[in-house]
Amino acid sequence: MEVTTKSMPYEAWKDNEYIEKLINELKENGTNVIVGSFDKLINWGRSNSIWPLTFATSCCGIEFVSLGAARFDMARFGWEVARASPRQADFMMVAGTIVNRMVPVFRRLYDQLAEPKYVIACGGCAISGGPFRKSYHVAKGIGDIVPVDVFVPGCPPRPEAMIYGIMQLSRKMKVERFFGGVNRQESKRRFLLEHPID
Amino acid sequence: MATLKDKIAQLFPEATFAEGEMLEINIPDAQLHSLAQTLHDDPELAFDFLVTIVGMDWKDKMGCIYYLTSTTHNTNIAVKVTTDDREKPMLHSVSDIWRIAEFFEREVYDFFGIIFIGNKDMRRLFLSIDWNGYPLRKDYDTNPELNPVSTESERQSDGTDMYIENAEGKVEKKHRNIFEKEDFVVNIGPQHPATHGVLRFRTAVDGETIKKIDVYMGYIHRGVEKLCEDLQYPQTLHFMDRLDYFSAHNYHHGLCLCIEKAAGIEVPARAQYIRVIMDELSRIASHCLFLGTFCMDLGATTMLFYTLRVREQILDIMDKTCGARMTFNYDVIGGVMADLDPDFVKDVKELLAVLPKNLKEYDTLFTGNVITKGRMEGVGVLSREDAINWAVTGPSGRASGWACDVRKTHPYSIYSQIDFEEAVATEGDSMARFKCRIKEIEESARIIEQLIDKIPEGDICAKVPKVLKLPVGHWWQLVEGCRGAFGVYIESDGSTKPYRLKIAPPCLPLAAVVDHITTGNKIADLITIGGSLDYIVPDMDR
Repeated sequence: MEVTTKSMPYEAWKDNEYIEKLINELKENGTNVIVGSFDKLINWGRSNSIWPLTFATSCCGIEFVSLGAARFDMARFGWEVARASPRQADFMMVAGTIVNRMVPVFRRLYDQLAEPKYVIACGGCAISGGPFRKSYHVAKGIGDIVPVDVFVPGCPPRPEAMIYGIMQLSRKMKVERFFGGVNRQESKRRFLLEHPID
Repeated sequence: MATLKDKIAQLFPEATFAEGEMLEINIPDAQLHSLAQTLHDDPELAFDFLVTIVGMDWKDKMGCIYYLTSTTHNTNIAVKVTTDDREKPMLHSVSDIWRIAEFFEREVYDFFGIIFIGNKDMRRLFLSIDWNGYPLRKDYDTNPELNPVSTESERQSDGTDMYIENAEGKVEKKHRNIFEKEDFVVNIGPQHPATHGVLRFRTAVDGETIKKIDVYMGYIHRGVEKLCEDLQYPQTLHFMDRLDYFSAHNYHHGLCLCIEKAAGIEVPARAQYIRVIMDELSRIASHCLFLGTFCMDLGATTMLFYTLRVREQILDIMDKTCGARMTFNYDVIGGVMADLDPDFVKDVKELLAVLPKNLKEYDTLFTGNVITKGRMEGVGVLSREDAINWAVTGPSGRASGWACDVRKTHPYSIYSQIDFEEAVATEGDSMARFKCRIKEIEESARIIEQLIDKIPEGDICAKVPKVLKLPVGHWWQLVEGCRGAFGVYIESDGSTKPYRLKIAPPCLPLAAVVDHITTGNKIADLITIGGSLDYIVPDMDR
């Protein structure tokens, strides 16, 4: 099974092994024909209307604005409805540095996102602290704070890279088990148990 | 300068003087306040603009350097005050003379732990109240275990401490509440689409009217100044891209000028031309984005698509020459990193050709709109005196009638040879701030027009030693960023790394003044006012 998005040939993707691993996991676990068909339908819908949260702390956020404007036009992929409230968003594009003071706020925003939720770490700062890694007031990557689905490197990443990153996320959504899978959030619950808030 | 010196020497016999780029007065702390009062009030001196306060740790003593400018006489002066006490250093506050000093002093307190006697609000500015140590002190313990990254909400207080000197000269600590007991406080930010980043306003409201705003910063404080102390001079440059990412070229230019001045490096003419053209191109791009986002804040999303069209065209020009869309790292010490792209002149001319048409389109789309007028005219008026008192520079200051353009007042590079007008308005409201920026786009285009055909041939970079060491001393440089006067202070101990690199961002005063402008306005106007001031949060937080 070749999982791809519209207008993108399967061979053009850089890391098909990753998606094939997910497919194999899906095959091994098996699923009911009816539930599986519903999964497919729901995932088709979900993967084509991923709504981002308007969340930006620094430079990468401006590239995210460019992504929303006419030239790069993320609307053509179904990502255009940037929501200001986390409760209406599907994923969070962490565009910019997360510093110590921002960490609790960021974590709360993540907790407020409606399930199933996804996180894209966009740019060097979000991935590892980037150029500010040695600073006294910068979190060294958001991987310790929330589970990350896609990493988009760059400082800041070009809008094309961001499109590629979100397309990867959309591809991941397509091969997820929805019923008994992401709608139950076991993996995320485990993460939250390991990283309790209070 | 001599008369100035004589005058002050007569009034303050304890003061000692040092001549450098400007007159530097050393004054004991006890006289600081009366000296500041004289410098501010005396009509012959009239130092009414406090550019910045540089906190310093010289290991044996601590202190501050105040950079002052007179807006009437266009003279500059530096005042230096020190204290030997490292345990609990105290200095006198000047926040009653220059309002902006309240914030500058809080910043110094946050970084160095110097307490200012008389400042009404001695809270930390960027770091949390439970932060251990003062990061910019030389003996700061960087062990991350002392200040761990925590997902728990930080402890917050509605109170602040105030230190007052009583009649016997003893300093007393007094607790004060920021808001009154019956105040209804609404929290706006840090995650809010209209705060242009992660800034937080604690807003006390009376119905829909704003009573007071407490600006809460530090949600993107990245400690750039401390990081720079561990890096060699050429390595410090790339941080300038990431402060105000719209004025990347301008900020680079500022730091490069400061280092070049210290090292005595002559920049080739070609590089100077290229730098100025790049500065002005980024100014156009920055103001274009301002027009878009500001209108979007007010609900007119369409404008963003129109203004970003021009911005993308400029980013393409930059991309061809600098190889990046935003963080260019193009200006280097001694010149620029790479020569211009062969298409550069052609592309810029194409841009200049379409620019007037676009500006006209913005005008028809937005400026004349009835709703726009209703929401912007007369909203958030800032008078000229207040603009100076709060150190609001850039287009926001000029909209209040204060001609504060550094390109005119302290010309650097080749700006003195260029013919351009400073965009000054007198109304001081949001509309004036908006129009000033449109005018500045036109003027920037005029500057580029004058230069684009005259770029001289020659080297793009001067010969700079591989390992650059600056002589012992300190230097100060102001440039005009897209949002106001951007200052760089470098103190060198003769090594390859700066002993202290202070960045004086224009956006800190812009955010500080929000409380003053919005008080008495409606809460919906906060968005208009904040948008029209156009602050960039990573710039103020650094």
